[in-house]
Amino acid sequence: MGRKRKRFLVKIVWYVSVLLMAVIFIMPIYWMVLMSFKPISEMYVVPTPWFPRPPFQISNYIEAWTQYPFPTYFKNTVTVVALATLGNVMSSSVTAFGFARIKFPGRNFLFVVLISTMMLPYQVKIIPLFLLYKSIGWLNSLWPLIVPAFFAAASPFFVFLMRQFFLSIPEELADAARIDGCGYFNIYLRIFLPLTKPAMVTVALFSFMDNWNDFFMPLIYINSNQYKTLSLGLAGMTGQYVSEWHIIMAASVITVLPCVIVFLLAQKHFVEGIAASGIKG
Amino acid sequence: MKKRKRWLTGYAFISLWLFGLLAFTLLPMLYSFYISLTEWDFIGTPRFIGLRNYKQIFKDQTARIALINTAYYTVFSVPLRLILALIAALMLSKPYKGSNGMRVLFYMPGIISGVAISAVWSRLFDPFYGGFNDILARFGIPGQAWLSDVHLAMPSIILMNLMYIGTPMVVFIAAVKGVPTELYEVALLDGASPWKRFIHITVPMISPILFYNLIMQIIQSFQVFTNVYIMTNGGPANATMVFVLYLYQSAFQYLRMGYGSALAWVLFAIILILTLLVFRTSGWVYFEGKEEK
Repeated sequence: MGRKRKRFLVKIVWYVSVLLMAVIFIMPIYWMVLMSFKPISEMYVVPTPWFPRPPFQISNYIEAWTQYPFPTYFKNTVTVVALATLGNVMSSSVTAFGFARIKFPGRNFLFVVLISTMMLPYQVKIIPLFLLYKSIGWLNSLWPLIVPAFFAAASPFFVFLMRQFFLSIPEELADAARIDGCGYFNIYLRIFLPLTKPAMVTVALFSFMDNWNDFFMPLIYINSNQYKTLSLGLAGMTGQYVSEWHIIMAASVITVLPCVIVFLLAQKHFVEGIAASGIKG
Repeated sequence: MKKRKRWLTGYAFISLWLFGLLAFTLLPMLYSFYISLTEWDFIGTPRFIGLRNYKQIFKDQTARIALINTAYYTVFSVPLRLILALIAALMLSKPYKGSNGMRVLFYMPGIISGVAISAVWSRLFDPFYGGFNDILARFGIPGQAWLSDVHLAMPSIILMNLMYIGTPMVVFIAAVKGVPTELYEVALLDGASPWKRFIHITVPMISPILFYNLIMQIIQSFQVFTNVYIMTNGGPANATMVFVLYLYQSAFQYLRMGYGSALAWVLFAIILILTLLVFRTSGWVYFEGKEEK
């Protein structure tokens, strides 16, 4: 009796504390959504209305979408995310195969170099890259946000993750193909690539989130509205003398929503990907 | 001959990355080091001045404030984040119904744009109409001017960042779940209390992951930027001026490319030294026979 009761109590305490933590964690998101539906007059009410109550002003969203160049920001973000993700998946897969499956002199050394670049703060490269992009006319364009991904330079972490995956595939598969006269390239394309789909999904998801939310790079390389991404555009709306909080909150929801949807749909891959690799800043 | 072909194939496979490494990392780094030895307003031509930029950093009041603030942020943020992430992981690795769903909820704040989050928190921290003061008021605690108070601005930034611990938490969960259950069973037979089991079994067994999370958190917190840029822009009175923000301002607002580059190298050196220090003091980490990572 006593033991059972103790177990029950432990469970209750567990549920209460987990729920409490969840409420705290979700509170800012809840607040953002709540505020995004309020008229401006309700922005300045004391005490703060914590629960939804009419009026629900959907026009905040329409205003954010039409008064600011949000359709352009959205289009730019989607373009960058789609292309950079494609680049990341392709380049990390090819590179990882080379590191995991082909023996060549200098391989271990180069892999150590790759690991070290994972720890390199991006800020060390930002000024020379800014100058490089300026000299080739890439400032104020989406190229700086897209092209490095095609050379596995956006995130060496993706190569690392892919390599772990390639290493886990038994060598016998490759041997069988080799007997049939397949070269490395065919072995990669026909045998390994189809088997690494889960890793590719994980890389694609990380790449999606990283690029969708990135702020530092767009801030440095882009300053005309025509090429701004959502993060950068949203940052432009916030400032020291803001009054239109209801619009900003609606804009924030627009910025955040696609990420949340993708995350909820793919959360299993996401969480497993992090756990499996044990790594992800 | 066949060997030679294999070598070439290997290099062919990594050629994209090799090119990327040269074009987007190594050459820019070399160039950055050269710029750091010059004085350059970006419009004229760079003038070579040797190590003067680096000497200047040591005399520069704002650089020192930025460094101290970043250290302040790191010293509080990293341990608090790690402890919170570990507590959350311990809770969520219990096989109770709903713990997977909760894991998703706990991770969620981490996937949200830093800019949007900062906008929300600016508003939450508003001294008059913010939700934070409202909650405090309900407990009879007087409201504060959070982000515009010299003493509270940095703690506010540290506080809001405690919510974004999804990644270390998920890594911890995997580690905690990986501890062999036999160890706990034996300890239970010996009558070890939950706390003892945690200290003597869980902590040593997950220490490599703890170590990894510690290094990553230190590296990250030295690069804190977006929240500060959006919420306070370094203010009030430089109370939240952090290193990367100062670097950004020096290079891209005051167009001091040489000085900015020197700051970037100092940041790199600090992160490197800290990482090496953590490695050197890693005697507490329990590496099992052969670690896969």
